[in-house]
Amino acid sequence: MALLEASRIVAGYGETEILHGVSVTVDNGEIVTVIGPNGCGKSTLMKAIVGLVQVRTGTVIFRGEDISSLPPQQIVRRGLCYVPQSANVFPALSIRENLEMGAFVRDDDYGGRIDEMFELFPDLAVRPNRKAGSLSGGQRQMLAVARALMLDPVLLLLDEPSAGLSPAMTNLVLERISEINATGVAFLLVEQNAREALRLSDRGYVLSAGENRLDDAGHALLDNPEVARLYLGG
Amino acid sequence: MPTLKNTVARLSFKWTPGRITLAIVAAVLVAGLLPFVKMSLIVNGVFLGAIIALGAIGLTLIYGVLNFANIAHGDYMTMGAYVALFLLTGAFPAFGIEGEGLGPLTFGYPLLIALPLAAAVVAAGAVLLDVAIYRRLRQRGVNAVVIAMASLGVAIALRGLVQVIWSGETQHYPREFRQVFRLPLDVRIPPDSVFIAVVAVVLVVGVYLVLTRTKMGKAMRATADNPNLALVSGIDTQRVIRWNWIIGAGLAATAGVLLAVFQAQLLPIMGWRFLIPLFAAVILGGIGNPYGALVGAFVIGVTSEVSTQWINPSYKPAVAFAIMIVVLLMRPRGIFGDSG
Ligand SMILES: Nc1ncnc2c1ncn2[C@@H]1O[C@H](COP(=O)(O)OP(=O)(O)OP(=O)(O)O)[C@@H](O)[C@H]1O
Ligand SMILES: [Mg+2]
Repeated sequence: MALLEASRIVAGYGETEILHGVSVTVDNGEIVTVIGPNGCGKSTLMKAIVGLVQVRTGTVIFRGEDISSLPPQQIVRRGLCYVPQSANVFPALSIRENLEMGAFVRDDDYGGRIDEMFELFPDLAVRPNRKAGSLSGGQRQMLAVARALMLDPVLLLLDEPSAGLSPAMTNLVLERISEINATGVAFLLVEQNAREALRLSDRGYVLSAGENRLDDAGHALLDNPEVARLYLGG
Repeated sequence: MPTLKNTVARLSFKWTPGRITLAIVAAVLVAGLLPFVKMSLIVNGVFLGAIIALGAIGLTLIYGVLNFANIAHGDYMTMGAYVALFLLTGAFPAFGIEGEGLGPLTFGYPLLIALPLAAAVVAAGAVLLDVAIYRRLRQRGVNAVVIAMASLGVAIALRGLVQVIWSGETQHYPREFRQVFRLPLDVRIPPDSVFIAVVAVVLVVGVYLVLTRTKMGKAMRATADNPNLALVSGIDTQRVIRWNWIIGAGLAATAGVLLAVFQAQLLPIMGWRFLIPLFAAVILGGIGNPYGALVGAFVIGVTSEVSTQWINPSYKPAVAFAIMIVVLLMRPRGIFGDSG
């Protein structure tokens, strides 16, 4: 049984339908990347999975349970966490407070988890009382990921974690993703740096205009000349 | 640890050229006018500012989380004042809880009981109104202006209710005449004002501690900051909204009772009249910023009080309004806003 199985998702905003029946699956411990042109609905797919956008038809099954009509708070509790593409930290809150908010639904003592995050992202530990709004782009992405990790998720959805970062920073972020994946966390990624992301992915999906175009193993998509020409910039 | 340093860091005040100019202009104005200003007006303005602060902090918190201007906020103050009046003159005497002139104060110990009770009643009422009206509007995804207009309706309805129940006549809490404290520089402080200041300081510190030390307070700030991220972080935003009303309306009701003590009278229109100073303080401090609202409240309180030395006191709201407009022209996001 797949960890996450989103099948034939139809979703959109108001009158407009953006996703016309998209399907993706993620197995335990996998890294899966979704690529596709701007505006094809990658972010909308993630929002539909986490409950921010209503799933009109289709189902989202997570660990055997239908979560398609659950509100975000309920989905988070089941171990599926999400980092949005933009506005993914609380800028007026300190680094530590951001992490505390990530652990909002936890009733136990999560101090140890915060320390683990500081070990994983030492940059954040330097001044934990610093406001998130004053962090650099890279530090902000680190904090966004750390916030989402506070609940010990089984599956982490990351929407363009390297957006706006330098190539060096991008590599660092992707490296961290591999490391976290090695501890058993599965990932569903959307990435502009498709080549780098596919390289560390088990599988990948190509979306286009709100529909599935292709799916294959990560390296197979990299080697596919059509994918290379259309989506990887030659 | 709550050190002064990170308190200041949270205010995140940076000296930009615009702010420096503003500060210099303000300092020159203040220094130039000081010799002509009666010290007692300044002192009175500080007490008035304390009352404005309690209203403005609630108003700005509600704006932060719900994104609409609660025009009924002044009438929540009125409600608080009248609920306390009912307790002091109607309910309590039936149980033999009576008295005025507690020590140097004009009112008696019953007011100390009536104050938190009135705050609780108004807070509960605000939560019910949210469920009955505002939540339905939010669920339909209506525009913030429409919600603000709904709150205008609530404001008018509340004021009507007060008039029906308590009449439009001027009323006052049971009180006994008391001597004012006489200080140098011809400053006269009514003991009641000291009480007002103490209550305001305790509540402002309390709200600060709630917002920065408790899980719910942090969740309130987080929700104001980034509502969607709050949702996907698992924050129960319905609960956040409820607590927001409880704190905001509770502070407003307290401000109403204190205003009734300060002015030694109650009128159905008292809170509505207070709306302009409240909004002026909120806008001065940067909408949604509780610390800004606190500073804004004292600026408005002192300047509008001091203005009465030259201008007819009935123009006080106009002075508050003028300050608000001037600040908006120079710094559209308020003194503590991110940048003008
Ligand atoms: N909140 C919204 N309201 C209305 N339309 C929206 C909203 N968000 C996105 N859209 C529209 O939905 C379509 C898909 O957007 P989406 O953000 O899912 O694309 P994307 O594949 O993530 O693009 P990008 O690569 O630029 O991030 C776009 O046409 C966009 O304009
Ligand atoms: Mg996107």
